[in-house]
Amino acid sequence: MTYRCPVCGYEYAEESGDPREGFPAGTPWAGVPDDWACPDCGVREKIDFERV
Amino acid sequence: METASAGVTHVTWTDKKKHLWILGLVVPLSPFLAWGLVALTGWDVLWFTGGLILGVIGPVLDKALGEDSGNPPESVLGWLEERRYYRWCVYLYIPLQYAGLVLACWMWSRGDMSLLGKLGLTLTIANVGGIGINTAHELGHKKERAERWLSKVTLAQTAYGHFYIEHNRGHHVRVATPEDPASARLGESFYRFWPRTVRGSLRSAWRLERARLARTGRGPWTPRNDVLNAWAMTVVLYGGLMAAFGIGIAPYLLAQAVIGFTLLEVINYLEHYGLLRQKTPGGRYERCAPRHSWNSNSIASNILLYHLQRHSDHHANPTRRYQALRHFDEAPRLPGGYLVLARLVFVPPLWRRVMDGRVLAHYGGDASLANVQPGRHARYGAIPPAAGAATGAGGAA
Repeated sequence: MTYRCPVCGYEYAEESGDPREGFPAGTPWAGVPDDWACPDCGVREKIDFERV
Repeated sequence: METASAGVTHVTWTDKKKHLWILGLVVPLSPFLAWGLVALTGWDVLWFTGGLILGVIGPVLDKALGEDSGNPPESVLGWLEERRYYRWCVYLYIPLQYAGLVLACWMWSRGDMSLLGKLGLTLTIANVGGIGINTAHELGHKKERAERWLSKVTLAQTAYGHFYIEHNRGHHVRVATPEDPASARLGESFYRFWPRTVRGSLRSAWRLERARLARTGRGPWTPRNDVLNAWAMTVVLYGGLMAAFGIGIAPYLLAQAVIGFTLLEVINYLEHYGLLRQKTPGGRYERCAPRHSWNSNSIASNILLYHLQRHSDHHANPTRRYQALRHFDEAPRLPGGYLVLARLVFVPPLWRRVMDGRVLAHYGGDASLANVQPGRHARYGAIPPAAGAATGAGGAA
């Protein structure tokens, strides 16, 4: 499953994760904290992301 | 002239500012301009040329050239952002910036230059470094890795590498809240704001990187820490310059860094002065909206600062490239451009006289809706928030 930041289009795909942010490949969306902000624009948080 | 055709509607639009953007390079060219003027006249005072450009000529042009509120149509934004020319206007700043710094270090190390000349050159170089933080700001918001790296390179001169982290992941998250060190409060003078923002931004950057690295299972003391690797660039830069030109340049290097980042903090001070995001019933802050930033359409400041004054759109779309930022009618407007208002920042009574009324008017006279300096509520006829509420642990929206 992939989730997208509605402001800047950054995408979080569960299969690849985001290791730089501390989410190794395979980290489910549920494993990302709710207050985690978009690493590219910073102005939307996890709960604002949309499922692609 | 540039025109765009978008989709079947065939929108045609011309960017009137296109050829003006290159003029932003007058700042990193100013040390060379000063050098030429001093050589021509023999007057050492002309080493202050960079200071003169930002402090006097810029504000005068800001008034004289007036405003431009033109927006590119929505349909050409994507196309406009992809034009390479606009990026090169920004990239070219960096080699000129560092060529100027090398020139300055050489001059500072020479025995035959007067102290007046050395001080003037320090101010001129500080202006290049300070406006360079604006260049780094434009680059640091982008998704391309090379541009993010260039952002840190640009910040090395002012030893402000942590700005790259704090601004993007701290300031943009907490903007216009009491928790943001870089958002000035109503009734907070610049001299009170300066230590709070300098210290708070440093602390915030460190905490943000420490938290990110902790999620990856690492401690903060690693070259992967973007605060540390950005500061390392400064260590290498200053070390190299002192190895080449001697330890005697150290006081000038230090002075230009402090003046340079102070220039950035002046801009930070006026961008959100007094503005506050309200809390939603759920306890989060409302989303950042156009009403939470001060804007201006003055042409001179916008050209020099890559549309930084279209600040509401920047906060709404932080990764958007400068040439595509838009003016919003509903956004709060400053009574002048950033270069003009920056003059007032240093004189708090004058600043309050010009700005406090505008903040209050923005909130319909109700100062309790503004971001008020603790202890200053009575001055504005506002009731202080319940003890602890203003600095409570609440996260930002």
